[in-house]
Amino acid sequence: MRRIVLAVAFLAAFAPPVLAQQSSIAVTDAWARATPPGAKTGAAYVTVTNKGTETDKLLSVSTPVAGMAQLHTTINDNGVMKMRPVKSIDVKPGKPLTLKPGGYHLMLMDLKQPLKQGDTFPITLTFAKAGEIHTEVKVQKVGAMGDMGSMQDMPGMNMK
Amino acid sequence: MSKSRNLLIGLVAFLILVGGLVYLSSAWLSGQDEPSLPQVAIGGPFALKASDGRTVTDQTYRDKWQIIYFGYTLCPDACPTALNDIAGALEKLGPEAAKVQPIFITIDPARDTPKIMGEYVKAFDPRIIGLTGSPAAIATAAREYHVYYAKVADKDAPDGYLMDHSSVIYVMRPGDGRFVATFTHDTSSDQMAERLKKLIGTS
Repeated sequence: MRRIVLAVAFLAAFAPPVLAQQSSIAVTDAWARATPPGAKTGAAYVTVTNKGTETDKLLSVSTPVAGMAQLHTTINDNGVMKMRPVKSIDVKPGKPLTLKPGGYHLMLMDLKQPLKQGDTFPITLTFAKAGEIHTEVKVQKVGAMGDMGSMQDMPGMNMK
Repeated sequence: MSKSRNLLIGLVAFLILVGGLVYLSSAWLSGQDEPSLPQVAIGGPFALKASDGRTVTDQTYRDKWQIIYFGYTLCPDACPTALNDIAGALEKLGPEAAKVQPIFITIDPARDTPKIMGEYVKAFDPRIIGLTGSPAAIATAAREYHVYYAKVADKDAPDGYLMDHSSVIYVMRPGDGRFVATFTHDTSSDQMAERLKKLIGTS
């Protein structure tokens, strides 16, 4: 009995740590639009790259700045804009998934405070295979159409 | 039952209209200098509230090119894109922008109060006016502009619903306030500014 316990302890100690595996999923260029005062919803966008060989799935999103966050898509159905929750988004190898206005987005609902241009906030994306990936989202101007991060990082921009 | 039937009829009417608009716009864009005005009656009497409490009607800005767009403020993806393009077009128009009046009308009057509308549009460009009103007043305005909108239940969304809404941006000319052009979400601010410049120049 004691041997078994020891053996288990031994195995546990030397088992390859699952979390340390190199993730094949990379999340970059996370940005959100600033929200007008009083707005209860916002949208964030990311680029997801799959460097592995198998398709992964983006399953969910969470962030402390919103009471509820979901994967959403905007469908343009003959000129009628329809926003719908989606269960998951496939991330195929070698084909970056870029979330952008007018399509897939991370819908932030019940915002605890407005998203202010220049701020950053943490976000956690959960993938079927890669598990949880954390990243920081940069808040751009209210109607921004893409990640302007490189411009914000220019020296002198934060000097005033 | 009859509600969903009404919605269906509305949707079909809307689709026919959009088809017509797309046809007309493409006919114009194909380079006719003297386009015949469309025979589709778009626009008509409405009376809504601005954020400062004023009543704004279809007559209020008859001296300007009115850009009319329907949406709602809890729409974080589609509506900001359209409003941002409109704001961008104003910027590109420079002083000519004084001849243009963008108007954003909510199709979610239950939540979009005059104050919320005012703050929302100001975040894009203070020259945009946000209008709301009673559900009946909004329904009238939407009908005049052949705008389809409907609540869609979504238990996770704020108050349990999202809004579907048609996303055409209408341009009405000064004077008689007649409908002369449409933009969509795919129209860039450059294209909007270009088209508005042409329209203003030939008036």
